[in-house]
Amino acid sequence: MDEIFDELSSAGREHQRHVISALVQNQPGVLAHIAGMLASRGFNIDSLAVGETENPELSRMTFVVVGNNRVLDQVRKQLEKIVTVVRVQDISSEDYVERDLMLIRVTCPPERRSEIRELVEIFRGRVVDVGRNDLMIEISGTEKKVEAFIELMRPYGIKELVRSGRIALVRSSSFRQGNGQTGS
Amino acid sequence: MSEVTTESRTSQETPLQGAEILVRCLIRHGVDTVFAYPGGASMPIHQALVRHADRIRTVLPRHEQGGAFAAEGYARSTGKPGVVISTSGPGATNLVTGLADAKMDSVPLIAITGQVPTSVIGTDAFQETPTVEVCRAITKHHYLVTRVQDLTRVLKEAFYVATTGRPGPVLIDVPKDVQLSAVVPDWDPPMNLPGYNPYREASSRDIRRIAEAIRRARRPIVYAGGGIIASGASPDLTEFMEKTGIPVALTLTGLGAVPGDHYLCLGMLGMHGSVYANYAINEADLILAFGVRFDDRVTGKLSEFAKNAVIVHVDIDPSEIHKNKPAHIGVVSDIKYVLQELNKIVQPGDYRDWLRQIDRWRETEPLKVPDRQDCIMPQVAVRELWELTRGEKTIVSVGVGQHQMWVAQHYRFMKPRTWLSSSGLGAMGFGLPAAIGAQVAHPDCTVIDIDGDGSFLMNIQELATVYCEKLPVKMMILNNQHLGMVVQWEDRFFEGRRAHTYLGPIDRPEAIGKGGSETEPYPNFVEIAAGFGIKGRQISARSELRPALEEMLAYPGPYLLDVLIPYQEHVLPMIPSGATVRDIIKE
Repeated sequence: MDEIFDELSSAGREHQRHVISALVQNQPGVLAHIAGMLASRGFNIDSLAVGETENPELSRMTFVVVGNNRVLDQVRKQLEKIVTVVRVQDISSEDYVERDLMLIRVTCPPERRSEIRELVEIFRGRVVDVGRNDLMIEISGTEKKVEAFIELMRPYGIKELVRSGRIALVRSSSFRQGNGQTGS
Repeated sequence: MSEVTTESRTSQETPLQGAEILVRCLIRHGVDTVFAYPGGASMPIHQALVRHADRIRTVLPRHEQGGAFAAEGYARSTGKPGVVISTSGPGATNLVTGLADAKMDSVPLIAITGQVPTSVIGTDAFQETPTVEVCRAITKHHYLVTRVQDLTRVLKEAFYVATTGRPGPVLIDVPKDVQLSAVVPDWDPPMNLPGYNPYREASSRDIRRIAEAIRRARRPIVYAGGGIIASGASPDLTEFMEKTGIPVALTLTGLGAVPGDHYLCLGMLGMHGSVYANYAINEADLILAFGVRFDDRVTGKLSEFAKNAVIVHVDIDPSEIHKNKPAHIGVVSDIKYVLQELNKIVQPGDYRDWLRQIDRWRETEPLKVPDRQDCIMPQVAVRELWELTRGEKTIVSVGVGQHQMWVAQHYRFMKPRTWLSSSGLGAMGFGLPAAIGAQVAHPDCTVIDIDGDGSFLMNIQELATVYCEKLPVKMMILNNQHLGMVVQWEDRFFEGRRAHTYLGPIDRPEAIGKGGSETEPYPNFVEIAAGFGIKGRQISARSELRPALEEMLAYPGPYLLDVLIPYQEHVLPMIPSGATVRDIIKE
């Protein structure tokens, strides 16, 4: 448009999946505050994972949000506005590692154990509990990988399933150009 | 200085109770007045307040909501944080509307609530509510203090957060056992706010971009709001306006940011703004949006608002940029800094054609003052009061509704912090307690609550505060016996069907929209005032208006003037909700 004007992020109707990583103060009520803010402003969260970091005073929250650029811009800014939120990064545009951890219990009569174990190995999972007629399997990886495994297990019969929600970290910056700051 | 060292020496030796620490912290942060209503869970704080009565005035409101609004009136009229204190449970929930109001209008407020002892929190104890949970979304920040040694840090952080960046309310919930347990306080502990960075200044590149956009514009306009007042940038905006010759339209919270009678001040824009201000914003080729948030009451239909203009948006809150309306130049900064930098480089522009165009609109579409001899018109009452108080040290507060809009339109605010209005939240009952807070802070000013009969009734108990605290607050009620703004919408959008908008007895014809205004007004505000020990007078004849206003202003104590007005009058012009400037209603 013009050199003096900001690039107006085309409001963009296309809904994109964004991974947002937030460092927050490790205090009671922070999760409730953030969850309440997201709900009251009508933002949809696909997944949310929270855990302590290497610094016991800080926790990291990883959100997966689906929306257009303007929605994402608001989610990021509204998060940053919360006093106990220390830093917010939309890491979707960066090179990052993403993992989802799943525990899944599937029906498995003894004669099918080896067949399922083979699939578990292909997905680099582990069998963590064996019952007379079922197996509990631990799988971690990207969302796609975890979902592919779920589909594979469906024919056997899924008894129970739990997922951690996605967690993510940006890859080491030493091999990348720039300083990793997204300044838009 | 000697006093400070004495205090620190004794404090090194003697442990102090939490309530004592809390009150001494307030004094250390410059607080001279608190608005506080006691109860079981806040009694220790009140005991401490009495011990420090020589340093800090405690005003007793007659309802916690009144206390919160009074603290807001104090804060809005001074720029200093207002402090309100209540007990737990119902005391705390009664603060909710005031907190939401302070959040919406970015008013620095410290709300301290008592809480049940930590040992019983979560057990549904007597007068227990999860105050922090309730108030999370309507405060800028909040604390539940569980250890007495945290009090000094929490107080320090609370004042810092409430007053910096975009100001707002901070809630501190203090359990009773924390108030009563003792510790040797660290008066100046480090703050723990790693994620809070309120100081924002535009880059020199941003300043140059704004200046370039101004240089290119032929029809520029400033759209300025509460951010100007909050950052103390009124002198800078006035200088900018006069230096460049660019006209200024103000939001409801921005009134007083530039002198209201200045040729370049177009008054208020938006739903009930002047026709010429709205035409100007619609025809402008550059909108300098300074300390505003593109509220729906200003923009109407967003996609049509200022469709063809370049938009420069400066605000200290990053989340406001691009929130409602994408900006061509969006700058996160203290507006005072931006204006100071711009004032160093901007030149007078040649806006003769543009200003001539605005003059034509001003002549053909002025704000109407429909004077009548058979009754008192509300616009006339406001104009007369303005005439009588102009040039005086006057602060005006209002409730919410038609009267609020008539004051915004017809009272010309010359200075910042002289106009107190619940603007974003629109909380009825704001006027009287806000006037109390302002009067406490400004004993030498004439403080006038111009109110509606509906709004006034919502916090009428504060008449007791006015009388007992010996505050010479003036009250002018524009009494039309109806919820006038809702009546206006009934008339415009609901075929005039009355639905609980008449405030008199339900068996009168007015209740179904069939009456004139000949029946005896209800309630009798003058008798109510007398019951509270306050002088009052009721008028309905046009000829009484001026003498009655003069009598009210000359009276040394509090005075209630009940002005009977016709309820059929509408606030005009009006851009209906969600509509555009083309849909403006003038008749």
